[in-house]
Amino acid sequence: MLVDSPPEPSAETAPAPPGRRAIRGAGLLLSVVVLLALVFASIAVGAKPLSMDQVWHGLFEDSGTYADIVVGERVSRTLLGVLAGMALGLSGAVLQALTRNPLADPGLLGINMGASAAVVTAISFFGVTSLTGYVWFAFAGAAVVGALVYALGGTRSATPVRLALAGTALTAALSGYLQAVMITDNAALDKMRFWTVGSLASAKMETIQQVAPFLAVGTLLALGLARPLNAVAMGDDTARALGAHLTRTRALSMVSATLLCGAATAACGPIMFVGLMVPHIVRSFTGPDMRWIFPFAAVLSPVLLLGADVLGRIVSRPAELQVGIVTAAVGAPVFILLVRRRRTAQL
Amino acid sequence: MKALGTRATRTSAPRARALRTHGGVSVRFDVRAAVVVAALVVAALAASVALIGTGDFDIPAVDVIRTLLGNGDPGQEFIINDLRLPRVVVALLVGASLGLGGALFQSISRNPLGSPDVLGIGQGSTAGALLMIVIFQGSATEVAGGALVGGLVTGAAMYLLAWKQGVHGYRLVLVGIGVNAFAVAVNGYLLTKADLVDAARAVVWMTGSLAGRDWEQVWPLLTLCAVLLPLIVAHARPLRMLEMGDDTAYALGVPVERTRVVLMTAAVLLTAAATAAAGPVSFVALTAPQLARRLTRSPGPNLVPALCMGATLLVVADWASQRVFGADQLPVGVVTGVLGGVYLLWLLVTERKAGRI
Repeated sequence: MLVDSPPEPSAETAPAPPGRRAIRGAGLLLSVVVLLALVFASIAVGAKPLSMDQVWHGLFEDSGTYADIVVGERVSRTLLGVLAGMALGLSGAVLQALTRNPLADPGLLGINMGASAAVVTAISFFGVTSLTGYVWFAFAGAAVVGALVYALGGTRSATPVRLALAGTALTAALSGYLQAVMITDNAALDKMRFWTVGSLASAKMETIQQVAPFLAVGTLLALGLARPLNAVAMGDDTARALGAHLTRTRALSMVSATLLCGAATAACGPIMFVGLMVPHIVRSFTGPDMRWIFPFAAVLSPVLLLGADVLGRIVSRPAELQVGIVTAAVGAPVFILLVRRRRTAQL
Repeated sequence: MKALGTRATRTSAPRARALRTHGGVSVRFDVRAAVVVAALVVAALAASVALIGTGDFDIPAVDVIRTLLGNGDPGQEFIINDLRLPRVVVALLVGASLGLGGALFQSISRNPLGSPDVLGIGQGSTAGALLMIVIFQGSATEVAGGALVGGLVTGAAMYLLAWKQGVHGYRLVLVGIGVNAFAVAVNGYLLTKADLVDAARAVVWMTGSLAGRDWEQVWPLLTLCAVLLPLIVAHARPLRMLEMGDDTAYALGVPVERTRVVLMTAAVLLTAAATAAAGPVSFVALTAPQLARRLTRSPGPNLVPALCMGATLLVVADWASQRVFGADQLPVGVVTGVLGGVYLLWLLVTERKAGRI
């Protein structure tokens, strides 16, 4: 099958020379600084712009003034943006490594669609209307589909292509169901058309607390998988010869990606493209070493997501554009530009 | 290891035959692929007859065939020739176009996920159509026009953006994904801005529907297929070489860039025209080539099997949706996803049991 092209031999798998490592470390640090600046901007910018003093006051000396309440609202939104961005970026990176397909993203394995199908079921058949109610449904949907893809993809004998195809096939089947419900139930359509673009606007601390444990476990798993996934990237036989435990690595990668993406989708709807684009861009300057790709993806994805969210609040003030729309509208041209400029790093 | 052994013996068995004429012309053909194509054609025709017979007024298959051959009674003739036949022909043509377009794109991009749905042609068409629906409240014809223009513009944009001393297959896919994401964002935005009535109409269109299609939709599509099919078949051999990589293809004497431009243009045209006729019927382009490849068990683009599979899939899906949910209750796009997806899953599972892949 074509997707499983043999990996190109690369010099990057050897430990990077000290100079390059320092540059990458500095780059990572710089990315964190950018993220912090965006966090600040995300709290300050909105329908009611706040000054630096007001933000500071609201964060550390909360006395219940109007501005302080606004800060409180925006803090939960910003926090969710950071967490969801990180989760999407990491799960995208894990899935691209696992399937050895640079086109893989959380949507590919049907995880997004599982969440969407579960939410539309919740709205249409169980009469759930609150966002906090969606969370568990979305998460359950994502988890069930993740497990199904793995089971249908062949558990022990799972190959990247089979996983990708199983995910695609399930996505196809579920999207038929989703559309059938949306066509027959106008009330569900009205809710779903806003949920499916993905938004941070309705973020609540409660939602964050619901998904945070899953995000934590998923993140730890992902970071621990960096080394075995490096071996998997060399192809199954080589990986086995290098002593990687293929079945375990695949199973754990699926668990990690499902937890991360399921939690993010449950909290803010299926935000597309972040999980695909960021690992891709990261790979073009770190090379194929997962131990660098994962941290960079974890920091740069929230940069994209928060940046898009802030931009969405600026361009159509006092209303706002959903973050999912801005992410794609801004991210896509940048992505195309990068693809054109660089010799894209292949997996 | 056992699986590897059986695969080796399987491939060493003679499967492809060569037909030779006295004039020195020889054609290599794959027995299994030929059988699959024949079976699919029969299935598509049988499903078409069943679909024509299905509706508020059921007609037995015998009468359908008799009427199609020109010996029916006038009442049935009107129902069949004027009302139901065009819909079935549109279904066949749209399915065939999508299946073929999908096979071409997957082969050019060398990626089973590189179908027009993933690369943004479908979403670009959708953007054009949604623009007509949401902003201009356009008629069905205007929506179809919008979809056609949207698809073609997207295809052209994709190609131009991916162009850099030639279009590399891999870069094409990535640019396509970027274009797709952009179109998805536009569509999401339009959908949230629409009022609920327009949104509902847009969702039905976005699912893909065959309801109320008449001869007006048939002729443009048929003409296009008639022009493009020979062109594509003529390029099938270079395409097969192209799958081995650009360098190998060059070495084997294939004009790489020209082949790719011609085939991509053809695929975009097919997909855009099909989408204009029936909406972006989901997953036919993605699943049909994969299903065909698994049935023929042969590598290469599998163009003709994919074409037949697309047509069969769409007609069977339309028939199933009419049978299960009643006439025109649910658009066909709902069922193609379920049908294609479940069938692909089933093939994946049985393949594993049989030890292939």
